[in-house]
Amino acid sequence: MSFKVLKPGLLSTLQDLGRQGFQHLGITEGGPMDEHAFRWANALLNNPVNACAIEVTYGGLELVASQPTMIAITGGDLGASLNGEPLLNWSTHAVKAGDKIVFRHPVSGLRSYLSVADGFAVKPVLGSCSTVLRETLGGLNGDGAPIKAGDELRYSPRLPCETRTVPLSDIPNYREDLELGVIPGYQFELFSSLERRRFFGHQYEVTNNIDRMGYRLKGAKITAEQTGIISEGIALGAIQIPADGQPIILMRDRQTIGGYPKIGTLTALDVGQLSQRSPGATVRFCIRDISYAQAQRHVFDRHLKHLKLADINQ
Amino acid sequence: MIRLEPAGERAAILYLGSVISEQSAARVSAAVELLQDSFGSALIDIVPSYTSILLTYDINHYNYFSFKHAVCSALSELAENPMSRSPSRIVEVPVYYGEEVALDLAEVARSTGLSGDEVIRLHSQQHYNVYAIGFAPGFAYLGLTPKELRVDRKKTPRLKVPCGSVAIADNQTAIYPSVTPGGWQIIGRTPMSLIDWQSESVSPFTVGDAVRFRAVDKETFLAQGGCLDEF
Repeated sequence: MSFKVLKPGLLSTLQDLGRQGFQHLGITEGGPMDEHAFRWANALLNNPVNACAIEVTYGGLELVASQPTMIAITGGDLGASLNGEPLLNWSTHAVKAGDKIVFRHPVSGLRSYLSVADGFAVKPVLGSCSTVLRETLGGLNGDGAPIKAGDELRYSPRLPCETRTVPLSDIPNYREDLELGVIPGYQFELFSSLERRRFFGHQYEVTNNIDRMGYRLKGAKITAEQTGIISEGIALGAIQIPADGQPIILMRDRQTIGGYPKIGTLTALDVGQLSQRSPGATVRFCIRDISYAQAQRHVFDRHLKHLKLADINQ
Repeated sequence: MIRLEPAGERAAILYLGSVISEQSAARVSAAVELLQDSFGSALIDIVPSYTSILLTYDINHYNYFSFKHAVCSALSELAENPMSRSPSRIVEVPVYYGEEVALDLAEVARSTGLSGDEVIRLHSQQHYNVYAIGFAPGFAYLGLTPKELRVDRKKTPRLKVPCGSVAIADNQTAIYPSVTPGGWQIIGRTPMSLIDWQSESVSPFTVGDAVRFRAVDKETFLAQGGCLDEF
């Protein structure tokens, strides 16, 4: 009753929605980089929202199933196949004993989510199975290690059932230029109107320095009136502007506190879209009203809940 | 002064002061208590720091504006200058200040003009408030150190600081709970374990507690599980 890992790929980790209630001890949140894709992966299988799934970064993961079950694949298209046949992304699939699942390399996006019916059976650490390498926390053995060859990822067997697919209107195009909504806050007032105009009026490029902690961008240099501030809590999606004027977006495995000025914060859903962009992709920022951002979030949550009940056979 | 700013669609940051001081720390501690009491589980994460508190809230219960309103009412009783309450707990931390582990004690003595023994006496003679926890799990920023002990960070940070190292920099002191890179000046090492993933509380202290260092000799350090190796 497990997937045996033949090859782990570049970075494949077990993730649920993250570790809540421990940030005051310096323990990061963790969780899926792309929450939109992660939630769909579980919703397609009627899983609990917090069920543990695999985040495949860049591909290279190879698994063999020991028992029949249903899986779902969402997020970046990493050229997934089942026994050599291409697997439809954003969809569920029946898996038989002995079936081999392979993720090759990115076609579009960077991170794919593989969920299994009822989620992977992983013992949580501090309330979560999310893997944080830096903190040696979570994952299969609770020690923060990513998935490695020989691991057995356990699940409960499930007979095949109808295939379900995410509606086309909910499938993002990760190749599109991205516009990211910024909720002004934190040290927004430390940026003059000229600096703000520069920030919101220019394109930025995703650099090679991208990981689960942060995304470094490059483009027009932004200067705050102060280069350092008193260290304070860093929210998901916070946009730090260090002394070199190049924005850093803080992602799931960010440090919990920090002392760089921040011009505002992206929404969790926009963080997810950014996390599918590779070096060289361009992004733009626009102002996002807090009420609009919260409404957008409620719409997404209700949409998922509603579709779960309605069964979205195609 | 109370100021609340959005920090994404499900968090907000509350500012309670503008300078690092005992007064700001006391306001932060008092506010954390008031907010915990009035919000309960609707507050998902609370990250107190020197002058601010990052609050992650349940957006199924509050929108930003109703949250802001509720925070202001919860803090209506918060004094501008709360009594410097006696800390909720004083945690005693044994420290071995011997030269095998006090990697920068000589440098600190040189730059402060004090003898090694004076550095140790000054460092362990008072208690420190836990102002913030971050950088790494369980890494507590403790302050303020006596004026005579104030030193700069190392010009070149160490790539690996041994676990349990007790260090000083600027007007603060800290203990490295795990092996991490770090630029603070190391003056001793504790045998105490500062991270226990199996325990409910994980860390022996939290923001608002106080810490006092107690010098111990090598035998006591080793008997309490201390390790002299670098890693």
